[in-house]
Amino acid sequence: MSRIGVVTFPGTLDDRDAARGVRLAGGEPVALWHADADLKGVDAVVLPGGFSYGDYLRAGAISRFAPVMGEVVDAAGKGLPVLGICNGFQVLTEAHLLPGSMIKNESLHFLCREQVLTVENSDTAWTREFERGEDITIPLKNQDGQYVADERTLDELEGEGRVVFRYQGDNPNGSRRDIAGITNAAGNVVGLMPHPEHAVERGFGPDGAQGPRSGTDGLRFFTSVLRALVG
Amino acid sequence: MGRVVVDVMPKPEILDPQGKAVAGALPRLGFGQFTSVRQGKRFELEVDGPVTPEVLEAAAAAAEQVLSNPVIEDVVRVADIEADAAATVASQGLA
Repeated sequence: MSRIGVVTFPGTLDDRDAARGVRLAGGEPVALWHADADLKGVDAVVLPGGFSYGDYLRAGAISRFAPVMGEVVDAAGKGLPVLGICNGFQVLTEAHLLPGSMIKNESLHFLCREQVLTVENSDTAWTREFERGEDITIPLKNQDGQYVADERTLDELEGEGRVVFRYQGDNPNGSRRDIAGITNAAGNVVGLMPHPEHAVERGFGPDGAQGPRSGTDGLRFFTSVLRALVG
Repeated sequence: MGRVVVDVMPKPEILDPQGKAVAGALPRLGFGQFTSVRQGKRFELEVDGPVTPEVLEAAAAAAEQVLSNPVIEDVVRVADIEADAAATVASQGLA
């Protein structure tokens, strides 16, 4: 069974939900600790959401220097699948595994809602169980969710097909070009602001086609990586 | 004991939502003359001993690598706070 590491930083909130997503998808979640420079031989890593180090300095800025992140950066360079969700996405940009950065939502309000995303790249390690152009619904909840990068970087991301998810409908936070998630050139590192781990089980997710709280679109992030790992 | 001050500001081309909110609040308190506000961060780094050129160089490196994110922010000042204060006083003819 594939083993997926889930990192806990001080102030991480969604590590248990992420571990549950891994389990429901058929993988074995492995808890990883920020202070240990040890990935315990996992096959992939999830950096979950929350407010690591209270978002002090900048969101994700201090977590980037955690001992475990040195290992994550090395392993990501060698092709290890890494998924950064919300605060995890912020950590990935601060660690320079993904370009750009996040600033406060344009509205200045903390947002919490069910969000429709369009999948624009279904070739990454974390999205291969989606169809390109498919709309999915997962929760969005953040304060610093406005994705920014310079025009050259944005053009590069678009040109190389590295925009993985775009907000559908109203742009919730002012993100450049409605970008909700991106990938690195190799497609093994993916970061997004919305939360797939909160839409993995009927009865607890967003409203879906089969009734209230029936949405489980988030589960396919985890089944995608499990499929990627077995080849 | 020496102290280095580092000022970090959001890049001009990046919308500063916090500054915008402050700018919106000022007229409500009667401060109608301020047309724009941008909010940055100030860090004070202390060292044992005086602020040498090497200390300033290390502070500048820390400012670029940790204290700011070059995607969204500029380091606008790295300076010896006491020397700066002394220079200001001298320029005002008070020293």
